[in-house]
This record gives sequence, structure tokens and C-alpha cells, in this order.
Amino acid sequence: MLELKDLHARLTLEGAPDRAILNGVTLTVPAGEVHAIMGPNGSGKSTLSYLLAGRPGYQATSGSARFLGEDLLSLEPEARAAKGVFLSFQYPVEIPGVPVMTFVRAAMNAQRASRGEAEISAPDFLKKSRAIAERLRMDPDMLKRPLNVGFSGGEKKRLEIYQMLMLEPRLMILDETDSGLDIDALRIVSEGVNALRSPDRAMLVITHYQRLLDHIRPDRVHVLSAGRIIASGGPELALQLESEGYDALIAGAG
Amino acid sequence: MPNVKESIEAGTIEAVRGLEADRYSEGFVTDIEQELAPRGLTPDTVRFISAKKEEPEWLLRWRLDAFERWREMKEPDWALLSYPPIDYQDAHYYAAPKNAAKYKSIDDVPKEILDTYAKLGIPLREQEVLLGVEGARETAAAARETPRIAVDAVFDSVSVATTFKEELARVGVIFMSFSEAVREHPDLVRRYLGTVVPPTDNFFATLNSAVFSDGTFVYIPKGVRCPMELSTYFRMNARGSGQFERTLIIADEGSYVSYLEGCTAPMRDENQLHAAVVELVALEGAEIRYSTVQNWWPGDSEGKGGVYNFVTKRGDCRGARSRISWTQVETGSAITWKYPSCILRGDESVGEFYSIAVTNGRQQADTGTKMIHLGRNTRSRIISKGISAGRSNNTYRGLVSVHPRASGARNFTQCDSLLIGSSCGAHTVPYIENRRADAQLEHEATTTRLSEDQLFYARQRGVGEEQAVALLVNGFVRDVIQKLPMEFAVEAQKLLEVSLEGSVG
Ligand SMILES: Nc1ncnc2c1ncn2[C@@H]1O[C@H](COP(=O)(O)OP(=O)(O)O)[C@@H](O)[C@H]1O
Ligand SMILES: [Mg+2]
Repeated sequence: MLELKDLHARLTLEGAPDRAILNGVTLTVPAGEVHAIMGPNGSGKSTLSYLLAGRPGYQATSGSARFLGEDLLSLEPEARAAKGVFLSFQYPVEIPGVPVMTFVRAAMNAQRASRGEAEISAPDFLKKSRAIAERLRMDPDMLKRPLNVGFSGGEKKRLEIYQMLMLEPRLMILDETDSGLDIDALRIVSEGVNALRSPDRAMLVITHYQRLLDHIRPDRVHVLSAGRIIASGGPELALQLESEGYDALIAGAG
Repeated sequence: MPNVKESIEAGTIEAVRGLEADRYSEGFVTDIEQELAPRGLTPDTVRFISAKKEEPEWLLRWRLDAFERWREMKEPDWALLSYPPIDYQDAHYYAAPKNAAKYKSIDDVPKEILDTYAKLGIPLREQEVLLGVEGARETAAAARETPRIAVDAVFDSVSVATTFKEELARVGVIFMSFSEAVREHPDLVRRYLGTVVPPTDNFFATLNSAVFSDGTFVYIPKGVRCPMELSTYFRMNARGSGQFERTLIIADEGSYVSYLEGCTAPMRDENQLHAAVVELVALEGAEIRYSTVQNWWPGDSEGKGGVYNFVTKRGDCRGARSRISWTQVETGSAITWKYPSCILRGDESVGEFYSIAVTNGRQQADTGTKMIHLGRNTRSRIISKGISAGRSNNTYRGLVSVHPRASGARNFTQCDSLLIGSSCGAHTVPYIENRRADAQLEHEATTTRLSEDQLFYARQRGVGEEQAVALLVNGFVRDVIQKLPMEFAVEAQKLLEVSLEGSVG
């Protein structure tokens, strides 16, 4: 479903280091699978997720990224979203004055429009929203507040997953969704995420911790270091990292 | 309430999609035979206008006095605006559809003009106001529930139609064109005209006092809550003309009125002058809410053409516990020079100013307010949202003045500027004159650039770039939009989106 081949990338942002951040990432995530990406701080995990989502300033210099057989890198971010790419941000952005529901409805209808589908009716939208908020144990009043403004770290993460469940994407990239969540919240959010697991969807879960992978069981685990995948394995690789740390693995790969 | 607003915001975005073809859909010209004053400005021009309107001698004198004063005045140059010198002799100071003075009812109004308003979505027949579609029949119940809006339609220098006059008259509300009021209620007009904005107030107000054409007159009697929204719709059509309207609203003791003004003009590659004067008088315990949605032709993206909008608007909270609130959405005009103000004379009176000013292309706006605290325990509140895009310039200029007698005066001012792109400018110029140690004055100001992070976040969720800008801007102005009457909140949001099209990418 997602195929990355020898992907290299650099930043073209003002003030950013003028050096390669990804140095040849090759990775295939078949439909129906969940892959975890682990790796030390600064190894390029968020860069990879931004690159896949199309963030301006993150530029692929060589290699390819295909989603459902299509070249992802040539599409605008909103076109990728309409094809089903969803990024749960490591640092969700505040949007003052725009209530959560207004925002999500605009997003949903924009995606629908670009797929040639009709708008969702207000009652259908509200019904769906209410059900998902309930499943994620969110206070419905939160959805009337401006997006992410004044939300705690954990609330913001929960809201990312609320949006994901509303939009029902096909490729889900979760960038450190567990950071900021307490133990109960982690379980609730993971249950929400698991509900979207299906044979025609795929997931990339970026995390440092096994405790998330206890809830969202990955099919494969990859370790990213200095912009390169240095190890891949089954779920046991995450357990090994948990006990031994990244250093041993990186030393071995170096 | 919040839920309705939310659905409006989402709905608006879709509605605006269809407008993308031409940014300024009001820019058409109505082809109609007209009557013009000869080009130029002399005492004879003033006499011509006064005679056209069959005015009494005192008003002609009043105009001529203003004209003499104006000749000695200098155009102000303190605003952050730059434009070539205006040749005041090179314009027609009166333009009207032929025979306009003889329209006795809507049936006399020529089809071209009716079509113009239909195209602009302004209802000139009362049943259209009720249900928005011609031929629909209202039930008594629907009539009570549907918000109704009385309209005075001003076409160039004359009012062509005023709706709901009779119904309003039944509760004692006077709602008519200014010219008509001079004939029918000369005493009221004479008593209040020029008492808030004196004929010598400033260059543009004095010019207006000499040559004003038409506008709206409103009187709300003691204790009456005006049963519907009142509105005036100004349309500038004639080539080479200016519009100089005059509006006077008096809210007698304990009364309430909400009034809205809208304006558009054809796309012309010459600059047209618009110099209006609006005077509001609120007597004891009265409240006036005045909203403006200003969408004069702003000129093309290179700055060719567009309306020069030099406007003096002032409200006098003359009685104790009176209240005046100005809400403005300014998206049009090549140049905007406008400072709707409140004189807080009555003890415990309240003045409010809520503003959204958008500039794009080569537009320039220098706008803000003055809150003059004269009475005890007077309060004022200023919320200004400036949005600059393209190569435009947007200035907030405001004065809060607390006089020695104004014990316990309070003001809160918040000025937020949003910059879209890197070639535009935003400026905040707040003046404070305080003669009271016990005054509480708070001022907050922010300037932010439309954030790439926010844009990307919205786009990642599937919202296209232009729509994402609209969404973010709507969020930025939300607290002001919520001050507008509901029906106009929708229109205002559409306008914002249309006027910011093409501002990114
Ligand atoms: N906007 C940016 N400005 C400057 N440096 C950046 C920026 N984004 C990423 N980097 C750098 O790129 C490298 C990879 O960062 P990132 O992808 O965020 O790592 P991870 O998510 O694995 O912690 C780091 O060295 C980081 O400092
Ligand atoms: Mg990261």
C-alpha cells in the first residue's frame, strides 16, 4: 500500500540545517499492516512523516514514495489527504477562533468534494461526531472550542485521533501520539485507533515506547537512525530496544 | 446560538466557491438615462443640488455656509495614505436616474434599477424581504418568525425606494430618505442636523455638508424598540460622479434600533470619491447599533481605479445610560479614511467599536475610532482586526480621550493585525489623552503573520489552500463577526473570503 524506495530528503526551510535528514529510506507497508518506527531523537522520524504528508520545506531529493501505486510526492498536501493520508501531529497546531467541529466539517467536506462525493449533512455529521467523542471519552463541549487552543498536551493528542476517526483515512501516520497521554487515556485512544485497523488500511506508528505497542500491536518494527533504517524485525525488536536501548543497535549497525 | 454560527461558517465556504470566477461580482454598470449636475464645484453646484431636492431656504444657506468654509480648508494629510492629488473640480456632484424625484411607489422605479438591486440581492419588495423569493406567500406565523429588514435604496444621489415605511410609521418610527425627511419632518431635521458632526468639522465633512445628496433619516420615538432591522443600501453607478450621502439617526429616550449600511460600486478604472457623514444621537437610556458592510470597488490588483472613501461617522451618547455601538466590515475601496466615533456625554453611557478591515492588492486603509469620555462612569470598548494581504497597507488609528469630569471612565482596546504574505504593511497608532487619575485604560495589540504551520495543518486535513486561508481568517475575526446581526454575518464572511482570494500561493 505504501512503498518507499531509497528516499533521501533535506530541509529547504529558512534557518534549518542545510544537510540531508533522510539518507535512503526503503520501506513497504502492505495493506492491513501496522508498522512501528522507533529511533533516537533527531533521527528523522517526524521528517519522514512530514515528507509523506507534503509539508512545504521538506524536500525529497531522490528516491520515491508511492501510495496505492501513485506517486505521493507530486501531490499537494490536500490531495494526499483526499486520497486518505492522515498525519497525527507530534505537535498539533492551535487555530484560534475556529471551533473543532467547524474545522473538521470543512475538512471532511473538502475531501469529499475532491473525491466527487456529496457533502455530509449536518445531522449525520453531528451524529458521527457525538459517537466518536463518546468512544474517546471526550467532553462534547471541547468540540465547540477553538481547535487546540488552551488544550492540554493529552487533550490535543486525543483530538488528533478524534479527527482521524472522523475522516477515516487509509494511511495513518501517528507521530508520538502517546506522548502526553496518561495510562487510561493511552488505552482509550489505542482502542480508537485499533477500531480503524482493517485489511484495506495501513498504519505507521512512530513511538519511543513499548507501552503504546502493547495496545497497538505492530506487524513490523523498524529502527531509524541518522535518516536510515538500520534494523527491521517483528514485535520482539521493540522489546529488545526497550531493554537494551538504541546505542547497542546503532553501534552494531555502524 | 453558537451552533447556528458554526454551521454558517462551514456553509459559507461552500457558497463562496461559486464566486471565484470574478472576485468582485458587484462590479457591473446599470445602463440608464441620467441627470447630472454640470462638472465642477461652485456655489451654483450647491444651489443646483438644493433646487433638485426642493429644499427650504435655511438648508440652502446651511450648505452655502459650509461651502464657503470648505474653500478655506486644507485636505488632511496625517493619515498613512498616499494617492495623487484629487481634482475636486473634475466630478459631477449630483447624478440621478432621470425622473427619480417622481417615483411614488416601487411600481414607478425603472426596471433597470430594480434589476440592479435584484442582482445585488437587495430586496425592494416587502414580500421578498419576508421569504427571500418572489411570489412566495407568507403565513402570519412565518411573518413573525422570519427576521425582516426594511431597506432604503440609494442610487447615486437619490433614494429610489424605501420599504416598510407604513408599518414602521404605525409604531411611530420614521424611516425615510433624508430628502424626504427635510420635506416631511423639517423641525426634527433642523434640530439635529450638524449637532454631532458640525458643518466645519473636517475637510471631507464640510465638503459633504455643502453637497450632500441623499441618505437615510431615522427617528425612533421614546420607549420604542424598533420592530425590525433598518438598512440603507448605497449604490454608486454614474461615471465621473461622487457620492455624498448624509445619514441621521435619532433614538429618543429608552428606545432601541439596529441599523445596517451596505455599499457597492461598478468596476471603473477612474477613482470615484465617496465622502459621507453619519450622525447618531442617543438620548437617555437609548441604544443604537450601527453596522456597516463596506464593499466599494477596491480597484484592480495593480491599483487602477477604485473608490476613495473619506467618511465621517460619529455618535453622540447625549443622554445618561445611552449606548452606541459601531460594527464595521471594510473590505472594499481603494482608500479608506474612516473613524466612527462616540462622544460619551451622558453619565454611564457606553460606546463600542468592532472593526474588521481587510486590504488586498494595492488597497490602503487608515481606520479606527475615537472614544471621547466626557460623562461620569462612561465605558468604551474597541476591538479592531486588521488583515493585510498583497501589497496593501492597513492602519489602525484610534483615540481614547478622558476629560476631567469623566470620573470612573474605563476603556478596553484590543488591536490585532494579521499579515498575509510579506509585501503588505500593518500599523497600529493608538493615542491616549487622559486627564483623570482614576481612569482605567487597557490596551492590547498583536501582529501575527498567517502561520505556515496552521496552513499546513489545515491542508493536511484536506482543506485546499485558499479555503484554508479563509478558515483561518474567519477564526481571526470571529469575535467581531459575532457582533453583526445574523443575516449580515453570513454576507460579511463571504466578503472576507472573496476579497482575500489570490492572496496566497
Ligand atoms: N524545522 C526544522 N528546523 C531545523 N532543524 C530541523 C527542523 N526539522 C527537523 N530538523 C532537524 O532534522 C533532524 C531530524 O528531526 P526530526 O525528524 O524531527 O527527528 P525525530 O522526529 O526523529 O526526533 C534533527 O536534527 C532536527 O534538529
Ligand atoms: Mg519527532
